[in-house]
Amino acid sequence: MDPRGIVIVGAGECGARAAFALREQAYAGPVTLIGAERHLPYERPPLSKDGMTAGTDNIRTIADTARFEAAGIVLRLASEAVSIDRAARSVELGDGTQVPYEKLLLATGARPRRLPLAEGSQHCLYLRTHDDAGKIAGRLRPGARIVIVGGGFIGLELAAASRGRGCSVIVLEALPRLLTRAVPQDISAVIADAHRTNGVDIRCGAAIGSIADIDAGVEVRLADGSVLGADLCIIGIGAVPNTELAEAAGLAVENGIRVDERLRTSDPAIFAAGDCCSFPLPIHGGRRVRLEAWRNAQEQGNLAARNMLGANAPHDTVPWFWSDQYHLTLQIAGLPDEGTHTVRRDLDDGAFLLFHLTGDGRLVAASGIGPGNSIARDIRLAEMLIAGRATPAAEKLAAANIKLKSLLAA
Amino acid sequence: MAKWIEACAAGDIDEEDVMRFDHAGRTFAVYRSPDDEYFATDGLCTHEKVHLADGLVMDDIIECPKHNGRFNYKTGAAKGAPVCINLGTYPVKVEAGKVLIQID
Repeated sequence: MDPRGIVIVGAGECGARAAFALREQAYAGPVTLIGAERHLPYERPPLSKDGMTAGTDNIRTIADTARFEAAGIVLRLASEAVSIDRAARSVELGDGTQVPYEKLLLATGARPRRLPLAEGSQHCLYLRTHDDAGKIAGRLRPGARIVIVGGGFIGLELAAASRGRGCSVIVLEALPRLLTRAVPQDISAVIADAHRTNGVDIRCGAAIGSIADIDAGVEVRLADGSVLGADLCIIGIGAVPNTELAEAAGLAVENGIRVDERLRTSDPAIFAAGDCCSFPLPIHGGRRVRLEAWRNAQEQGNLAARNMLGANAPHDTVPWFWSDQYHLTLQIAGLPDEGTHTVRRDLDDGAFLLFHLTGDGRLVAASGIGPGNSIARDIRLAEMLIAGRATPAAEKLAAANIKLKSLLAA
Repeated sequence: MAKWIEACAAGDIDEEDVMRFDHAGRTFAVYRSPDDEYFATDGLCTHEKVHLADGLVMDDIIECPKHNGRFNYKTGAAKGAPVCINLGTYPVKVEAGKVLIQID
């Protein structure tokens, strides 16, 4: 056995999952997990949801120290990987330590896209890490005036959490509607209604002219002349993949670290997985995508572990995503923009599903929204239909009395 | 002293499906397997306290509606990440068309 073992850079959901997956695959060599944050690997989804509402003191770790020790995973936390020497197969850490590898997994994740207008402000914050969440949560006091820049998932989940803490909230979205890239119009309309019902001032088509600190807060001026005073401005305008380490090492980068369907980079000893990589999706004709999603991080962490051990298996799953806002849960399976037409199925309590089909009748995506977990089971079944490249009849998809499970068997 | 509690009528649950049952401040999930046997587990996923009865039953697996954590509902066994803690299970019997579960 190669004594250098497997090194994983990035101790988020993907990196931590990969580390445990190596042991589940009975790999007995050294496993080193390098994380820039000081915390044990933790679950990120709650940071913008109930974690923010309930307070962020209780970090939800993926595993405790004892489990990492029992699995023989060496954790190097608060350690930044600064360079990769591909010829020597070694990762250099910020303190100068060299960590040699036989196989290397880059699970470096993504970071918030910065808003140039907000540079230098003390009252504009971004959310990615547990520490970021703590800073934001500490300022969500009852009556605080919050301006959120960006009507995407992070911004909207934080808007809901801020209302839950008694803050006044304005959401500024540059495009004409919320979640333009992520969800169909019908669903974004339901989400916008829910926010307005809960007292959020949603402003679509908003162009920001300037952001400036003033007194103990921040002043946001819009192109239409309006001036918004806030105690805190939260910026959620997307994420950029952490590719610098890969790029400096000469690996191919294309909207993320470029990998093939087996998660291999342009160096056969180096794999990449999770938010940091772009990969071809067989289910959508090999379309190259980068997914910032919890389940993708898990699945690719698992697959990268297996493939580093020689499984040579392709990533052939259906993208899946969820968001919680107020009492509503939204789920999406597949990429809705792959469809050319949509079939709607209405369920109880205002919940509904949208099935996205191609011209030749193939189901390529499904999205749904409703109270609690009302749409979860059907989205899961739709995901199986999508994975099976099914061509279900539109009238059956539309009929709520026809169980999706019955279409699966067909 | 363990007691048998009536959860529902046998026909209330479709084959290969699940139903929520609340009793005395606790919540359970009652299952009917594809081969028409009945089972009961704790009602909440051990990962994030989500009601499993909103999830999908496939063969002998219940999948959590939130993050697809999977359990064997016949044994309560967690089937891998993100779930690592097993579900409690409860004896079930069907008498006179009623599903009864034994709660300690």
